[in-house]
Amino acid sequence: MYSNKDVIYIYDGSYDGMLCCVFNAVYNKVTPFQICTYDNMQPSLVDTQYIETDAKKAERVASSIEGKVSSRAIWTVDTLFLCDAISNKELLALEFIRLAFKTGPTICSMLGNETVSKVSHAIKHLQREAHNYTGFLRFSDFDNSLVAEMEPLNFVLPLLQPHFSSRFRNETFLIYDKTHKFALAYKSGNSSIFALESLVTPKVSAEESEIRVLHKKFFDTIAIKERTNYKCQVGHMPKRYWNTMLEVNNSIV
Amino acid sequence: MNLEEKLTILTDSAKYDVACTSSGASNSNPKGAGIGSTEVSGICHSFSADGRCVSLLKVLMSNHCVYDCEYCVNRRSNDVLRAAFTPRELADLTINFYRRNYIEGLFLSSGVENNPDYATEQMIKTIQILRKEYNFTGYIHAKAIPGADEVLIKQLGLLVQRISVNIELPSADSLTALAPNKSKEKILKPMANIRDSILQTKSELTLYKHAEKFAPAGQSTQMIVGASPESDFKILKLTEGLYKKYSLKRVFFSAYIPVIESTLLPSIDTKPPLLREHRLYQADWLLRFYNFKADEILDKDNQDFNPFLDPKCNWALNNMHLFPVEINIATENELLRVPGIGPYGAKKIITARRHDKLDYPALKRMGIVLKRAQYFVTCAGKIMDGLRVSREGTAQALIDGHSLASTEQLSFFDMTSAALARKEAVNCIATRM
Repeated sequence: MYSNKDVIYIYDGSYDGMLCCVFNAVYNKVTPFQICTYDNMQPSLVDTQYIETDAKKAERVASSIEGKVSSRAIWTVDTLFLCDAISNKELLALEFIRLAFKTGPTICSMLGNETVSKVSHAIKHLQREAHNYTGFLRFSDFDNSLVAEMEPLNFVLPLLQPHFSSRFRNETFLIYDKTHKFALAYKSGNSSIFALESLVTPKVSAEESEIRVLHKKFFDTIAIKERTNYKCQVGHMPKRYWNTMLEVNNSIV
Repeated sequence: MNLEEKLTILTDSAKYDVACTSSGASNSNPKGAGIGSTEVSGICHSFSADGRCVSLLKVLMSNHCVYDCEYCVNRRSNDVLRAAFTPRELADLTINFYRRNYIEGLFLSSGVENNPDYATEQMIKTIQILRKEYNFTGYIHAKAIPGADEVLIKQLGLLVQRISVNIELPSADSLTALAPNKSKEKILKPMANIRDSILQTKSELTLYKHAEKFAPAGQSTQMIVGASPESDFKILKLTEGLYKKYSLKRVFFSAYIPVIESTLLPSIDTKPPLLREHRLYQADWLLRFYNFKADEILDKDNQDFNPFLDPKCNWALNNMHLFPVEINIATENELLRVPGIGPYGAKKIITARRHDKLDYPALKRMGIVLKRAQYFVTCAGKIMDGLRVSREGTAQALIDGHSLASTEQLSFFDMTSAALARKEAVNCIATRM
């Protein structure tokens, strides 16, 4: 039904851009070989086509998904866009949207379906990572502003935004995503997410080091020696989170 | 004594307390001045070297204690370093940890310094600084000290998300023998009062929105397993009773770790019964989320858990006449009884099968783990392709590896004995089928 055209869609990496790729593919009844940004493109012999981002087209795609399928379906596409841990989120989104137009609102409960299950695994992975960061993220105080760094696989900042904005509502804070080079900043009730090439933090104050030492002491003391279980610890708290967690990373203090 | 030394002493004496959870309070979206929020699922902020979740700042207010409970490190007659936080110190420390996202809140307990009322008052003072001065709206779990004045416990309950009274030991006899200053009545009375206060505020909340909330995340308790002679069946019956009679949110078990030489207790070189604790938690889950009754899990003739099988598998093997169940038509309750299928899995199956008839690949895609379930289900009338049902093979698949791989590093000799134990377990289970 859809010709598998040997073409790679190149887009600007934005959400609207992704929806425009979907628009183009659906409109022309093609399934591209790949959809990616310039940065992620692998050298290959396949032709490339640059898809211009057009907010109006994107809006048409989004509103028809919401209108013809369900608000849950558009939420799914929105959220899938953040799932950078999988390499082909754009193609998967295209596959999902095509299927959604075919099945209607039932799509979100077709959990045994191949496409739907891939989407729901990707979203679970994103949500789990975001939940982990609500616990494992570590802030440091620099002159009354809090700063935290992280290296997530998925783009979790939008999921962390409401959580930390309400929790630390009387604070000023910044969370820096090193993987995506984006930051979430919050000050007196307003928060925003923006691109940030790099982040340099000042030297840690004496007071800050003192609190780190107290925390480390607490962490080391709370463990019961007779029950030591390294495997269980690492199972719950994978090593990739450890480099910013001062209680398990001696190089920080 | 500086703060670091105090923190070390008071953490060390609180570490045996279980229940470091921050769950049960609803998702909050607090507004206005202040700091802190709660999540219904709770959040783990770290995992200590023993693999336990570190969610709350778990410390004692003071480890001075006038009581002399046999099993406790903080007993009066034990020669340990003593310390106490001032309310100001502890409140400041909590905020300093909280705003760096080290913790989800505070878990405050205390030794009985001077008398139960004084100890409770100190805890209340600390929490009041947090709530009133810092406008802290995060999670707080406080221990009610048996023997403290009812008014004080009520005051405490109105300040915190969760409150708990330790039942300490699984029977009144053990309590008399090991905790001479405590008694069943002294423990159950505050427990009942707390239950009533929670119920009362719940009904008040339906009348007016701004009614004061008494421990909105409910009440919990904990008991030590392995310090006294009760059977698993007795402990499980007690647990079930506590859920029913006192509407508890959670019952926690802690494997007894010998800390003191005493003729009344297991000898000091006894290993903590971690497997037993694990089995109790598994059974506790069956009670709370799988609609099991204690009598179905254990009974008079089988008073203790099977070390090689988890309680649900054990139940299934005793009730093979109820299996296999058909994935596409079984009720939610029937699905919940299949080893390997949990509450989420059962819900997913029920949702998904409305649209498509489910087959094994679909189950796998949905994330249903078939390792054990495959022996107890059919899909569209068929058993799984390539599944060979032999007694030994089935027994191999059903064995809970937990029991055979102990938590310590195994030496070579232990490995051979573990392999032997596994073989024996397989035989033992195979003959039952």
